[in-house]
Amino acid sequence: MKLILHIWRQKDPQSPGKMVRYEVQNVNEHMSFLEMLDVLNEDLISRNEDPVAFDHDCREGICGSCGFMINGIAHGPQRGTTVCQLHMRHFKDGQELWLEPWRAQAFPVLKDLIVDRSAFDRIIAAGGYVSVNTGGAPEANSLPVEKTKADLAMDAAQCIGCGACVAACPNASASLFTAAKISHLALLPQAQAERERRALNMVAQMQAELFGACTNHGECEAVCPKEIKLENIARMNREFIRAACLHREPARETGGA
Amino acid sequence: MKLDARIPAGPIEQKWDKLKFDMKLVNPANKRKYKVIVVGTGLAGGSAAASLGELGYNVGAFCYQDSPRRAHSIAAQGGINAAKNYQNDNDSVFRLFYDTVKGGDFRSREANVYRLAQLSVNIIDQCVAQGVPFAREYGGLLANRSFGGAQVSRTFYARGQTGQQLLLGAYQALERQVKAGTVKMFPRHEMLELVVIDGRARGIIARDLVSGEIEPHVADAVVLATGGYGNVFCLSTNAKGCNTTAIWRAYKKGAAFANPCFTQIHPTCIPVSGDYQSKLTLMSESLRNDGRIWVPKKKGDTRPPSQIPEEERDYYLERMYPAFGNLSPRDIASRAAKRVCDEGRGVGPGGRGVYLDFADAIRRLGRQTITERYGNLFEMYERITGEDPYRVPMRIFPAAHYTMGGLWVDYHLMSTIPGLFVLGEANFSDHGANRLGASALMQGLADGYFVIPYTLGNFLAGVKPGDGITAGHAEFEAARRAVEERLRRLLAIQGKRTVDSFHRELGHIMWEDCGMSRNRKGLESALGRIRALREEYWQNVKVLGEEAEINQALEKAGRVADFLELGELICRDALEREESCGAHFREEYQTPDGEALRNDAQFAHVAAWEYAGEDASPIRNIEPLEFEYVHLAQRSYK
Repeated sequence: MKLILHIWRQKDPQSPGKMVRYEVQNVNEHMSFLEMLDVLNEDLISRNEDPVAFDHDCREGICGSCGFMINGIAHGPQRGTTVCQLHMRHFKDGQELWLEPWRAQAFPVLKDLIVDRSAFDRIIAAGGYVSVNTGGAPEANSLPVEKTKADLAMDAAQCIGCGACVAACPNASASLFTAAKISHLALLPQAQAERERRALNMVAQMQAELFGACTNHGECEAVCPKEIKLENIARMNREFIRAACLHREPARETGGA
Repeated sequence: MKLDARIPAGPIEQKWDKLKFDMKLVNPANKRKYKVIVVGTGLAGGSAAASLGELGYNVGAFCYQDSPRRAHSIAAQGGINAAKNYQNDNDSVFRLFYDTVKGGDFRSREANVYRLAQLSVNIIDQCVAQGVPFAREYGGLLANRSFGGAQVSRTFYARGQTGQQLLLGAYQALERQVKAGTVKMFPRHEMLELVVIDGRARGIIARDLVSGEIEPHVADAVVLATGGYGNVFCLSTNAKGCNTTAIWRAYKKGAAFANPCFTQIHPTCIPVSGDYQSKLTLMSESLRNDGRIWVPKKKGDTRPPSQIPEEERDYYLERMYPAFGNLSPRDIASRAAKRVCDEGRGVGPGGRGVYLDFADAIRRLGRQTITERYGNLFEMYERITGEDPYRVPMRIFPAAHYTMGGLWVDYHLMSTIPGLFVLGEANFSDHGANRLGASALMQGLADGYFVIPYTLGNFLAGVKPGDGITAGHAEFEAARRAVEERLRRLLAIQGKRTVDSFHRELGHIMWEDCGMSRNRKGLESALGRIRALREEYWQNVKVLGEEAEINQALEKAGRVADFLELGELICRDALEREESCGAHFREEYQTPDGEALRNDAQFAHVAAWEYAGEDASPIRNIEPLEFEYVHLAQRSYK
């Protein structure tokens, strides 16, 4: 089949970008969306045109590198699927598609469909961990974890950090991403010691990165390739309020004897 | 070249403890004065960088991805082995050690493997403490499942995303150190050269993949944890960016490359569907716990699977290897699949596939249980193929997956270049000629969390921090210039063929002549064709764009140039190893019933290749392997 693509082309963060029209012939229904772009790029190179830059790596939907908007939908029309796992059998011959990078103030465009998502790393660095140094761990089975809670934690922990939630949100909020990590850890007994600090610091970092606030549109859940649930945002809000009430940083100590 | 494995004396179960006590320490106040570069942020690199940061070293961590969380360890599905014996099925450190040495077909170093088995139990403790959401039983304790090559249940897992969860644990520990200021992260940076000064690794040259800038980075030690080189086959289960450049550059600077021909072909991957295909997707080995592998008994049987009656099906693994059945080790299962397809009994387009059937398991356990165990894998299969594996059997075929070979390291994980350490899949040490399922994650984390923090300290305690070397040193200048010239040369060729077309051709040669089975004639012909292809590459490749910008074609071009050199070394190693062992199957050396026939008298050794210059043949050095605890025997899974 044949497709008509309009792709956002932007040389670098400083240059203005624009949509450029391309035609791709001989698209096979078994191709993934990124394989279709590979075919386009091979064709562009043969015509001495700059290939389209897009982030991608594992191509099995788990590394979180890939992602862009297809006709205004993050990762395209198939639910629970990254663009690398989206196959061309979901498109029709002659269809016209518009591809754009994630749009958010906190995700500046680097080139074409590539954006800078390092803000996500900084949100994790603000508290998305258990502070346990290597070597200091107790015997693994000494702390039983209720299976239902472990399963809920795993549901949240599946987030791949692709950024689709931000791109889909009218407020460009990173609430689903941040909530997924806060939820994962808040549900586990081994992460309780830092529960309040984590919630406060991660939410503060999310705001400092200029992500918007959540106003319950639910677009993030609809596009999430790992189908992370909105209830995680509710849990994050509970964790945040709980922490705001309970948490006090201790007064600075003046040192020991 | 002298290969001293520095294996501590004494009984195998005491070697590591003894060495730990004998090693020198760095005073806590001095640790921050030492600069350590870690390249790669997968399980090995991520855990190493985090642990070294916790100890107080001044760490710089590099990855080509936009975030350390995206390293390809993330894609590991099935699980991680540990000798916890939680199932009371008579597992032990010694049994895990034994299974791993036997699974590797007696081509690994006993002392390293024993240490790996010992450390396996600490890994699970560490990861649980970090909040890795492993699968649990209703009583709240950890659950286990079985994997190939073992008769005990010792595999810990987090649904079909174990690698993801372990990597996120390491990544979070790493980000904690980034916040603490002990680790500086360099994402979207690719190491393009190793800098060796006075025989010691003193830093790297990296390219900032956004600005294109070529940067020198000085250190007191360099740790490479850059993964395997499976993409030499072009189509593999590796991520698109996985490459050999870091270890290949180190090889050309004097690090020995051990057993390059030990490349693992994984039996259960989704078959190739067309020549546009960009990668192959693994279906976790854990599926073989409940799935049964079969092909029709009749050649060229094109009936849909549902219409082939039970008595006309050949469950060939259960028939050939009744003791291990569908859980036979990977090399054996892959070769068996190739054999039945070569006989004309393969299924699907081109007859290059076998069925992995869950009908019995769904009848026995119910759809709900199967969904709980493998739900995400079934979904992934359906997304890719458009077929529902709850109703029709999966079609699978072997694909290049993991590389047991890698840079030679001693017991301290140091390469033949002092100050250059190599961890995880990038080194060669623990898996011999075949890796067992769920052992890669174990090795990566053992190396990063529990080995390198001690052995690196021992090395650094013997050198002065900085030692007067700066980025202005002549060797750094020369290395930077060499990197720049190479990039400019690639851009200047302006030939007719794309990088991808060369990569596909190389992959085709490697798969056909140096894949699941090899022979002298094919390997000799492959050597010639690879050389010719490499020559054409440097005359006729077409790379557009500029150096000082995001240029994905240029990144790829450098990686494929290195694969074109590595491919030759792999074939050469396969040619010289005149025996069959594990994943290395030479058709000339097999038992009457088609099993791998080792030649222990002549080949019970590691082949460590030494670079001898652009125009000279590399030198094959030997590290003899001794088996004191697991006695050499033909592997039997029957």
